[in-house]
Amino acid sequence: MTSSGVQTSPPVFTSLAPDGRSLAPDNWKLAIVVGLCVSVIACIGLPATVSFWIVATMVAMVAGSFVVNAYRRHYYGGLLVSPAIAVLFVMNIFPLLWSLGLSFFAYQSNQQTIRFVGLANYIKVLTSELAGGDVWHALNNTALFVVLTVVVQMTTGFLLAMLFAKQFPLRRYLLILVLTPMMLSVVAAGVFFSYYYDPTFGLLSYFMRGFSGNQFILMDSKLGAVAGIVFVDAWMWSPFVMLLVLAGLVSVPKYLYEAAAIDRVSSWRRFWTITFPYIRGLLMLALLFRTIEAFKMADLVYILTRGGNDTLTISYHLIRIANEQNKTSEGAAISYVMLFIVIVLTNLYLYIANRRSRGN
Amino acid sequence: MATSMTIWEKLGFRKASGVSEAGWGQTLFVAIISFIYFLPVLLIIITSFKLQNEALAVPPKVFPTSLFGLIPDDYVFSPTLENYAAVFSRAMTAGAAAQDTGFDRYFFNSILIASVSVFLALVIGTLAAFGFSRYPLKGNDTYLFVILTTRMLPAIVVIIPIILMFRVAGLSGSYLGIILLYTAFNLPFTIWMMKSFFDELALDVEDAARIDGSSDVRVFFKIALPQVVAGLAATFVFGLILTWNEFLFALLLTGADTRTVPVAMNQAVAGGGIGVLWGLLAAIETLFLIPVFLVTFFLQNHLLRGVTFGTVKR
Repeated sequence: MTSSGVQTSPPVFTSLAPDGRSLAPDNWKLAIVVGLCVSVIACIGLPATVSFWIVATMVAMVAGSFVVNAYRRHYYGGLLVSPAIAVLFVMNIFPLLWSLGLSFFAYQSNQQTIRFVGLANYIKVLTSELAGGDVWHALNNTALFVVLTVVVQMTTGFLLAMLFAKQFPLRRYLLILVLTPMMLSVVAAGVFFSYYYDPTFGLLSYFMRGFSGNQFILMDSKLGAVAGIVFVDAWMWSPFVMLLVLAGLVSVPKYLYEAAAIDRVSSWRRFWTITFPYIRGLLMLALLFRTIEAFKMADLVYILTRGGNDTLTISYHLIRIANEQNKTSEGAAISYVMLFIVIVLTNLYLYIANRRSRGN
Repeated sequence: MATSMTIWEKLGFRKASGVSEAGWGQTLFVAIISFIYFLPVLLIIITSFKLQNEALAVPPKVFPTSLFGLIPDDYVFSPTLENYAAVFSRAMTAGAAAQDTGFDRYFFNSILIASVSVFLALVIGTLAAFGFSRYPLKGNDTYLFVILTTRMLPAIVVIIPIILMFRVAGLSGSYLGIILLYTAFNLPFTIWMMKSFFDELALDVEDAARIDGSSDVRVFFKIALPQVVAGLAATFVFGLILTWNEFLFALLLTGADTRTVPVAMNQAVAGGGIGVLWGLLAAIETLFLIPVFLVTFFLQNHLLRGVTFGTVKR
């Protein structure tokens, strides 16, 4: 038992004041108390620009004491996770809580006044008293886009991965061609597809005119507009699914296939019993992240239709309200309604995924 | 074997028969699919060599050469490099002298900000993912879920608190601010992705190393990390692509000195009031594509090497 290696016992904070050494660097409780006192004094007594950095130093001090404490107790879980949590807390979680707070106030980013209104913003949003659009309708549209884009992306990505799973000449060069759409910036891809879709000088319209003789305007109907948007999004992000699935496919050991060949297993059964277990986790990950991203789709809608033809998504609606109409707190309320829906869906999904993996 | 590789072998024609596993038919099929998939990008690249009137011509001029008269003249344009010159220096108003557009600076900014923040996210995120995978905390799943939650809200929601926070801290318009923000922006995906790779690894090897007296630090660097190189490469590529093309945060939180290309591209194209300059936009996008394209291309072998290198599985 010379090294720490053999057994790292699960961490337990046994005593309240660690070892009774009050000024030890791992005394995180003292650090919290001191940090809080100094921060409060700094916030009251000093201008914001100075006190911000004092508070930041105090947060760093508390974090440091946690780290030292974790290290001394071989509490590696906390030690490894803490930097990530710290960055996320400052840059994401804290602003999220701030905007959660804003959603209970009447606040507009172009005005100075702020007033507590309780749940009024949520009521306003859910009963669609808000000018310029119906939240429920936008949610319906979003659901349509989420289902369509995710289904198309998952199938296309999966089929592409199956195509590229084998060895053949020029494979890496063909693969990079398929991966390129993902590397375009969404703005450029959207603008160029609006160029291809353009009724007068667009390529698509030119070809369609060759067939029918009439001028072809894709964005003329809801069906066309939705198809146009879904096509671009699926085109851009199928490679993402493909790459994840492909990483799983190439990790399947060859000898499993050889054994299956000896046993004359049908290809259908071979896929479900050998291949699928290796790609299931990555497929789930791809599905999870693509669904979350699809919920947030706004930029393509903005570039291609500006929400016309009944293609307004909740995320674009939110941008309109929060940015163009400066209704910050209503925007925050909408986004928390949205977050609630996504959290419920994600939990449901993770629950099903976990139950499946335990079942196997 | 590697010493005597001909150009054909490098291109993948390894065996005497020319093809391995997949037949010629399937190879051709994949080639056609890939080409169709690439076509919209190819058209962007082609557009970058056109002048504005050619870009708006009907019927569309899509061929840079007539292939010795094979293609009718209506479809042929004469390629020019004018757009590429205009990216870096052009006349802002009609008749004025050409001036520097500052795009060299914006390209530098994009490269610096994206690479540093993705690298930081990879370091912090991989450590965290290893922690989540091997030393589960109390309420491990809750932490992971909260981390995922930060990716669920549209950026527009957090942008106002972040703007206020950055203004107070003096971080708006600085490299540090946007790099930290992008690091946080990349962390959730990095952590989830790397955790799923660490979870896949067989624990036998690590346990064996521990019994032989390796420290935990050594186990991480010498045993766990080399097995997830493919995962690191994939995560790096995804993170780089997302950060490289990020628009909203960059628009609101970078100053004149730290502006990234997507923001500058938007301004360059939308600013004139004479409609989109297709050739110029295509040239910017083509130039902007090259660095990510090269990085992906060179990391591709790592991407596909397979997650486990013959270690004990199950």
